[in-house]
Amino acid sequence: MRWLLALLTCLALPVEAEEVVLGLSRDQISISTDFDGSEILIFGAIKRETPINAEPLQVIVTVAGPSVPVDVRRKSRVAGIWVNTLSVEVDRAPSFYAIATSAAWSESISHVEDLRHRVSIPQAIRSVGAPMEIADSQSFTEALIRIRERNDLYQLNEASVNLREQTLFDTSITLPANLTEGTYPTRIFLTRGGAVVSKLETEIEVRKVGLERWLFTLSRQQPLVYGLLSLAIAAIAGWGASTLFRIIRQQ
Amino acid sequence: MQIYLPIAEVSVNMFLILGLGGLVGLLSGMFGVGGGFLLTPLLFFIGIPPAVAVATGANQIVASSISGVLAHLKRKTVDLRMGTVLLIGGIIGASFGVMLFNHLKSLGQVDLLVNLFYVVFLGIIGALMMIESIRALRKSRRGAPPARRKHNWVHGLPLKMRFRTSGLYISVIPPLGVGLMVGVLAAIMGVGGGFIMVPAMIYILGMPTKVVIGTSLFQIIFVAAFTTTLHAATNYTVDIALALFLLVGGVIGAQFGTVIGTRLKAEQLRVLLAALVLAVCLKLGLELLIEPSELYSIAEVQ
Repeated sequence: MRWLLALLTCLALPVEAEEVVLGLSRDQISISTDFDGSEILIFGAIKRETPINAEPLQVIVTVAGPSVPVDVRRKSRVAGIWVNTLSVEVDRAPSFYAIATSAAWSESISHVEDLRHRVSIPQAIRSVGAPMEIADSQSFTEALIRIRERNDLYQLNEASVNLREQTLFDTSITLPANLTEGTYPTRIFLTRGGAVVSKLETEIEVRKVGLERWLFTLSRQQPLVYGLLSLAIAAIAGWGASTLFRIIRQQ
Repeated sequence: MQIYLPIAEVSVNMFLILGLGGLVGLLSGMFGVGGGFLLTPLLFFIGIPPAVAVATGANQIVASSISGVLAHLKRKTVDLRMGTVLLIGGIIGASFGVMLFNHLKSLGQVDLLVNLFYVVFLGIIGALMMIESIRALRKSRRGAPPARRKHNWVHGLPLKMRFRTSGLYISVIPPLGVGLMVGVLAAIMGVGGGFIMVPAMIYILGMPTKVVIGTSLFQIIFVAAFTTTLHAATNYTVDIALALFLLVGGVIGAQFGTVIGTRLKAEQLRVLLAALVLAVCLKLGLELLIEPSELYSIAEVQ
């Protein structure tokens, strides 16, 4: 019995034998007035107790935005004009999702592991049910991915992780200018032969700061005050402009 | 230089927004209209979410109308009594408009509604204005004085009231109705409705041209202010940062526009304005008719 336990421990060991030690260039992204996208550098090392395995190690990095339900709508022609007719609610779709791998996607992770860990873009989106009258609900999810990929909100960057000596890795993820606030879960997977051998999760905070923060909070918590403030600014600007130009003209 | 808009949650070029405000201000200075009917579609075009464009457009109109009405008050070309009657209709119309807007937003049809309103109203007004101003151009060449119809069906309605500044003694029902219609439009299209109000005042109410613009601006201030507050309170879609840059551009543009406007003939101005209105209408109309390259769109669940 004891030798069996020892054997099991030995078998279990390699799974935890390689661990990620992670560094982030920043774990807080601040959206200020002049925010024009951002780049985060994700780097780290692989800590191991055992000699390097012959089979090469691969690294996958994912950064996801906050997940919210979205409506995907499709237009069709009604009485000669194009109108939104059908819509499918996607239960959870990250507002941003970037994947960086150290090799081609097919070499990085197997399909089964992808299903288990929800790594690829289609796996990161959860769409449970579509209304009965829609037969091709898949095309709505595909459209969601297509539109967000076009806006750089969903990115799959194959072979963009630099991996040196099977030990040191680094990659950079570009965050677009039209970023939403929230907690961005960040995951690093180590895979060997398509199987995940180690996984590390951390978070990046994206926050509006300063004036942006203040205005946004005010508009949500005191909408009436915010509305009156915008009117006051408009009134002062309108009055100020006419006064200013009258003075200029009189001179 | 890029700026991140806190409510629209998009990053836009500051000079592009200033330029847009300037362009619309230039036109509003030239033609004496608020310019909202041009501003809102232009904001859609540069990627501002439609709901934000409509609400922020209304806020921008408040500023440009205040700036304009002050000049008219000085010249005593504002009929405050008529303005107040129009305003009562306007407030009722605007409340109804925002309710309709929110209801259709939940159905996912708000873009369609806004576009249809633009195509229909710009089409009608543009065509009418074009026909009328071409006629006026021909007449002025022949030298005949333009005749204004004094009496029509409007003068037979009950509840009459005297409007001294306009020199009218008419029923309050037509001004209330005009105000109501413009209020609905203001809420849905994010416009002041001057381009509908002005012809309605001249042709339906029979008001003298000199008090029309001032009175229309006077009531638009309050309707647009009311719309802005309603949008801010119910939809959280007024973007102060966007409005501020539009204002600065608009104020400067309006001053240059006024200078250009005084150098052109009234009939020529109206032909130009009609052509502009029809061009915007045509562009929006084609978007509805031609198959879009992307049939799908994404919206947040309400």
